[in-house]
Amino acid sequence: MSVKTLTIDGKMMTGVEGDTVFTVAFHNQVQIPRLCHLGGVPDVGACRMCLVEVEGRSKLSASCMTTIEEGMVVRTDTEQLREYRKLLMELLLAEGNHVCSVCVSNGNCELQDLATHLGVDHVRVPYRHPRREVDLSHERFGLDQNRCIACTRCVRTCDEVEGAHVWDMAGRGEKLHLVADLGEPWGNSENCTKCGKCVQVCPTGALFTKGSAVGEMEKDRSFLKYIVYGRERHQWVKKP
Amino acid sequence: MSAKVKLATVWLGGCSGCHMSFLDLDERLIELAARVEFCLSPLVDTKFKDFPEVDVTLVEGAVANVEHVEMLHTIRARSKLVIAFGDCAVSGNITAMRNNFTVDEVMNRAYRETCAVVNGVPVGDDIVPKLVPKVKPLHELVKIDHYLQGCPPSADRIWELVTALLDGRAPKLERRFG
Repeated sequence: MSVKTLTIDGKMMTGVEGDTVFTVAFHNQVQIPRLCHLGGVPDVGACRMCLVEVEGRSKLSASCMTTIEEGMVVRTDTEQLREYRKLLMELLLAEGNHVCSVCVSNGNCELQDLATHLGVDHVRVPYRHPRREVDLSHERFGLDQNRCIACTRCVRTCDEVEGAHVWDMAGRGEKLHLVADLGEPWGNSENCTKCGKCVQVCPTGALFTKGSAVGEMEKDRSFLKYIVYGRERHQWVKKP
Repeated sequence: MSAKVKLATVWLGGCSGCHMSFLDLDERLIELAARVEFCLSPLVDTKFKDFPEVDVTLVEGAVANVEHVEMLHTIRARSKLVIAFGDCAVSGNITAMRNNFTVDEVMNRAYRETCAVVNGVPVGDDIVPKLVPKVKPLHELVKIDHYLQGCPPSADRIWELVTALLDGRAPKLERRFG
């Protein structure tokens, strides 16, 4: 396991071989905007919010999918990156039906928070208004595809942490959507353990606890730290 | 004393919640009245045959019917500054939720499939303005100078924007939908 040194936003940082730029930046208090990254489950580079400039590369790289190299020079917060992230956010908002004012997660939503952080005051691309389904067949939880940004946090958490692998993505482009089992209504899923981990990791109001009204759905991710820490160190303590 | 700033507020495809929030300015309305001439608004009783020439217009609501389209173009032509006032004006918001359906589906739902059907779907051009196929936020039709998000924007945020414009400074606003 060799140590590598790189420069992120003008500061020298070190990480272990195999670490991603995102992780090294995070451990050095450089917060790169992200939506699909979730500590404890593998990264997939779905949201592209964590794009960074790497010196010597002509294309932008998703920092969560870029492993560190010796002598790398990375910039995470340039004017061009800020503009690209803003546009990415606008594309996300235009692609689904994100009506904050009637959403269970209004006020507790990572998409809404990040849009605010990026300074999105209106969406410059035309809204798509796709027709999407709401699945309320599950006894405890609901799925509103209108609010899904296809980050796949739920897919990865259900697979890697709970080990049930209920969720998958189906379709392409604007038809990309979440499916339970092989496209069953969620309530019919034989694999679902009803643990609700997917609900807690969802950054938006796409997955929610039934009975939540506007703004009432607050997510709690402390369980994830507990489980991941417990697995890694075999110490099952509440506050590591 | 220089001439007062001419202010108008307009209500297109929205619920009037933004105007209610405007009323929540409470005693600040008195301060505002001293600085602006309130030309045209659903909140005042001044009647105009045509939309007057004004300095600033706050437009609540999205563009949902043919009357809104015409009105918005008139507003743009006669206002120095046009402000998208609230989430419906900025993003379409709840008004645009009908975009998932066709106009026929929407009309049937509202006028045929309800328990209080009397006359059915209105016909003719002079009864109610025809719905446009898709509800749109204001900036998809005309140039917008400022965006005030919120459903509704709080009175404090309205006050910050309006006073900033009157003082000729950049408003300090958190950009937040919902």
